[in-house]
Amino acid sequence: MTDILSYGFIQNALWAGVLASIACGIIGTLVVVNRIVFISGGIAHTAYGGIGMAFFLGISPLLGAGIFAVVAAVIMALITLKDKNRSDTVIGVMWACGMAFGIILADLTPGYGVDLMSYLFGSILAVPDSDLVYMGVLDIFIIGYVLFYFRQIHAVSFDMEYATSMGVRSGLIYTVLLVMSALAVVLLIRVVGLILVIAMLTIPPYIAEKKVCSLKGMMILSSILSLVFTIAGLYCAYVFNLTSGASIIAVSSVCFFVFILYEKLKEKLRS
Amino acid sequence: MVSSDYAIQVRNLTVSYGPKPALLDVSFMIQKGELVGIIGPNGAGKSTLMKAMLGFVKRDIGDVLVFGKPVEQCRGAIAYVPQRGTVDWDFPVTVADVAMMGRYGHLKWWYNPSKKDTEIVDRCLEMVRMSDFKKRQIGQLSGGQQQRVFMARALAQGAQILLLDEPFAGVDAATESAILDVLAEAKKAGITLVVVHHDLATASEYFDKLLLVKQRLYAAGPPSLVFRQELLSEVYEGRLKVFTDLLKG
Ligand SMILES: Nc1ncnc2c1ncn2[C@@H]1O[C@H](COP(=O)(O)OP(=O)(O)OP(=O)(O)O)[C@@H](O)[C@H]1O
Ligand SMILES: [Mg+2]
Repeated sequence: MTDILSYGFIQNALWAGVLASIACGIIGTLVVVNRIVFISGGIAHTAYGGIGMAFFLGISPLLGAGIFAVVAAVIMALITLKDKNRSDTVIGVMWACGMAFGIILADLTPGYGVDLMSYLFGSILAVPDSDLVYMGVLDIFIIGYVLFYFRQIHAVSFDMEYATSMGVRSGLIYTVLLVMSALAVVLLIRVVGLILVIAMLTIPPYIAEKKVCSLKGMMILSSILSLVFTIAGLYCAYVFNLTSGASIIAVSSVCFFVFILYEKLKEKLRS
Repeated sequence: MVSSDYAIQVRNLTVSYGPKPALLDVSFMIQKGELVGIIGPNGAGKSTLMKAMLGFVKRDIGDVLVFGKPVEQCRGAIAYVPQRGTVDWDFPVTVADVAMMGRYGHLKWWYNPSKKDTEIVDRCLEMVRMSDFKKRQIGQLSGGQQQRVFMARALAQGAQILLLDEPFAGVDAATESAILDVLAEAKKAGITLVVVHHDLATASEYFDKLLLVKQRLYAAGPPSLVFRQELLSEVYEGRLKVFTDLLKG
């Protein structure tokens, strides 16, 4: 075990795992309780348009994706706040448009072919130090936002109408929440890949929600679960020589299904 | 007359969702400490009127003043219990947490709820007879119990005005009397209460003043004034017989 840890890239992978787990545990909890998993997916895919644009204009892909994701988040927030029931359709359209736009711009980019698909998977085993710094800053932002506005976030997530009647600026809190998830998703796509982001945003909070009855507890427990899954997944990847991202998702999914089975069995036994 | 003698003033209020207005040119005033019932058939605009009093819906024209100030500047002065909670019942909160949300406007962000806040929440849960369920997750309650938790949350807010949208819908006799006790206690404390109510048979007994609404405001005043046959038959068209009996009895 110790000789695995002596590799610099493994150390970076572990740090990335820790930082991603914190971000996913907190944002994932809010994503799950606000039922905005689909919106997060939409934001992430719209961001592809930004990556394509960045290649086309020759700017940093992270910047392009970031701009697109934030703009998409704000637009989606406005749409959802206006029309809760049909917003998912519009989000689906933006999702598709963003990806198409990105691919077309990448096609138009002269010189070399750009492989947008590599952004689906990311690589936690090749995380440069600079990305660790970005992730650290993001974590600080997320923790700061949640600590500072915890009660407002809590009230808005549970009952937006009531929160508004109490004087909370619900629309703003909700929009900032979407922008935060957009930033988290973009940064994490690069490190761990889109698919792993969605898995990490949803599986740990789902399990945590069944075990604790408070938002704070759910955030902490999902961060821990996320980290455990990441480390276990990385270890499996190393031992069995598998793709790291896929192996982390496999571990999480197995735990997810075992957990559901266990809950169902418990229910059966009780009745 | 000083305008802030009134808890709520609604002037020429028109609200529409589509081409047809849900409320048309509604004006009335509610004095401080009054217990007012809003009655009218389904789709009459009762809930819309409540939301307008909270500043939730866009007004085509008209003003809503709360203690003499525009409603937009009075957030937090009115506590509200919605007709049907549209919350996510799987949300990880306990009954006590939900009631504590009513105190959020009073809490400093870096402090935990003080002893006083906890006591207020406990007392409010006691008032709605939900003390035994404090640690229960909010989804693991019956509809009537959930409604009462929302009532405790609104009470905990300590607002001077309380709006309740059909608190008596679908509750049993024991709960109904518990809610009536809560209303009486709130009234004694000088709180202005506005309650949407469905049951005409009890409306005149429960409220000091009634507003009869069906898109327009048909009548406002003490029950004896509002419960006039020609008015009721116009508003509740085709169900005249019931009201004739009701007026006799
Ligand atoms: N969000 C909405 N969008 C469009 N129309 C609406 C909306 N809410 C209410 N309406 C319409 O406005 C009118 C008034 O509705 P409102 O909910 O205020 O009635 P209500 O008196 O509370 O009825 P109920 O007794 O059934 O609760 C109805 O005709 C309804 O169809
Ligand atoms: Mg209604």
